[in-house]
Amino acid sequence: MKDADKKRLLREMLFARRFEERCYEAYVERSIGGFLHLYPGEEACAFGVLEAAQVGHDYVITSYRDHVHAIKSGSDPKEVMAELFARETGVSKGRGGSMHIFDVKHRFMGGYALVGGPFPLAAGIAKGIQMQGGNEICICFLGDAANNQGTFHESLNMAKLWNLPVLYVCENNLYGIGTRIDRSTAVLDQYQRVSGYNIPSAQEDGQDVELVYKAATKAIKHVRSGKGPYFLELMTYRYRGHSMSDSNAYRAKKEERMWSGRDPVIMLRDRLIKDGKLTLNEYKQMDTEILDEIEGEVIRFATESPEPDVAEVEKYVLAENDPWVRGGVAS
Amino acid sequence: MYWEALRRAHDEELANDPMVIVMGEDIGVAGGTYKATSGLYQKYGEARVIDTPISENGYTGLGIGASFLGVRPIIEIMSVNFAWLAMDQMFNTAAKVRYMSGGQLQAPVVIRSPGGTAHQLGSQHSARMEKVFMGIAGLRVVTPSNPRQAYGMLKSAVRCNDPVFINEHELMYNMKGEVPDEEYFHPLEGSEVVRPGRDVTLFGYNISVHWCLQAAGELAQHGIEAEVVDLFALSPLDRAGIRDSVSRTHRAVIVEEAEPAVGVGAEVMAIINEECFFELDAAPARVSALNVPIPYNHGLEKAALPNPQAVVAVVRKMFGV
Repeated sequence: MKDADKKRLLREMLFARRFEERCYEAYVERSIGGFLHLYPGEEACAFGVLEAAQVGHDYVITSYRDHVHAIKSGSDPKEVMAELFARETGVSKGRGGSMHIFDVKHRFMGGYALVGGPFPLAAGIAKGIQMQGGNEICICFLGDAANNQGTFHESLNMAKLWNLPVLYVCENNLYGIGTRIDRSTAVLDQYQRVSGYNIPSAQEDGQDVELVYKAATKAIKHVRSGKGPYFLELMTYRYRGHSMSDSNAYRAKKEERMWSGRDPVIMLRDRLIKDGKLTLNEYKQMDTEILDEIEGEVIRFATESPEPDVAEVEKYVLAENDPWVRGGVAS
Repeated sequence: MYWEALRRAHDEELANDPMVIVMGEDIGVAGGTYKATSGLYQKYGEARVIDTPISENGYTGLGIGASFLGVRPIIEIMSVNFAWLAMDQMFNTAAKVRYMSGGQLQAPVVIRSPGGTAHQLGSQHSARMEKVFMGIAGLRVVTPSNPRQAYGMLKSAVRCNDPVFINEHELMYNMKGEVPDEEYFHPLEGSEVVRPGRDVTLFGYNISVHWCLQAAGELAQHGIEAEVVDLFALSPLDRAGIRDSVSRTHRAVIVEEAEPAVGVGAEVMAIINEECFFELDAAPARVSALNVPIPYNHGLEKAALPNPQAVVAVVRKMFGV
């Protein structure tokens, strides 16, 4: 990876970190409602993988912890924040919320709130790619706990059976909500579980964005070459609770300290400083610029945007004026 | 026959649009449990007529994901009892994705499945699930009562941009009936007066339309002219059609194969209440199954289910004859 790319990635990851922290504040201020699942600590996963992908060309689908994946896929952070603020200008027009960020023009196919729900959807998107004959792939990001759903097994089986171009990325943050993986899951190394479906897999440090990028490059090459699905497990950690309604009381302080010592943003920053490519002052300057951008542009846009018109509450339930409902007769 | 009508609709839609695919258990090489896809694997190949593993929620979700990219999957679930397993993807994804994406995505899938009770299939192969499906916003539900509808509804459903659940019936695949020689698309909304009458409306859907027709024939001998209305669309229900018929006959009986609670009968009664309460000359009634899991023993099974005689009895009581 070139130094310029590393510096750009550092800025993007720091932006994502500050974006999510600002979401936390906005939630406390009650500008954001519903459930809110934040990404700090896991940034290297989305950024490393999607840096290796062709964003806007490849399809991306994920769970409810979805803001950062959307932004790296090309979504305008202003429109993501507007969605969280439930505004008409939001990516999902204020109908989705934090757990349902959709931005189809960037091929970000959505965040879904049922744990494990996107597994078969991703395989289906890959089936669609296969039928259209394109060289896109579908990348599906889900957490480790999703692997205990039936959809994991059903989808891996079909993805391999039909050699579908799908990359499953497991962001293993060691917890399914508040239950540690060794208390919920018989096999701790998730990448081993897919060998039962004859799918190639790898495990990588999910805190080091360069290592993630390398592993993802290899995985994506495999999938794009027509060899079928691949499963990449990334070992990571979320710094906050599962959602805002999570007291986060179930983790040992020692464990939390260990992982905050492996912060993906700080690790990349320090490496650039050590290599003489960045100074601490430059980093601080970058941070200030980001904070200004988030406050002056992102939050401002969301705050000033209109809410959806209540008269349109029944819009988008069904297709509008579909002639086939009347047996093909135009109205 | 009903199954031939379905087969023809599959064949024509596969030929019409290369993005149409068919998926399900045993639908390819084996030709389908009810032959609705027989010969199509040989004609269109394994990439478009897809034998799936026995993973109902998985392959339904896969079909829904493919539909995001413009694929038009027709998903056969071998028995409606197995469709319980696919409800997660049907309800949580297909029915909601247009709405929660602010109109960016749609899931134009067709899910067809035989429901109803057959002969001694026992509790886990005798579910009647239409009441569950019709309660979900964003999902269309239709239920063909004859081969013409089975053919025309499937064709419209494939082309419609909404997810459509087609509730068929285990006992109806060998039913005979006219199907137009020319291509025909049946509406996915509305209802049909299949026998006009002035004294009472019998509302049926799917197999119960035939029970209603049989009952109407018998009631005529007692001097009661029953109108039979086929509610071929269960979601959305035809409020105007229900109102118009009851406004003519002033009496209503709903005949449903399912248990009464939260069902078609309850919903139609509510619509009558809301739309034309002051047209009524008698309290509406419903003829439903008993509230029991369907038994294996033939006598018990028969006792649990409605039939034309029960419809006749309810109507005669209504008229005091």
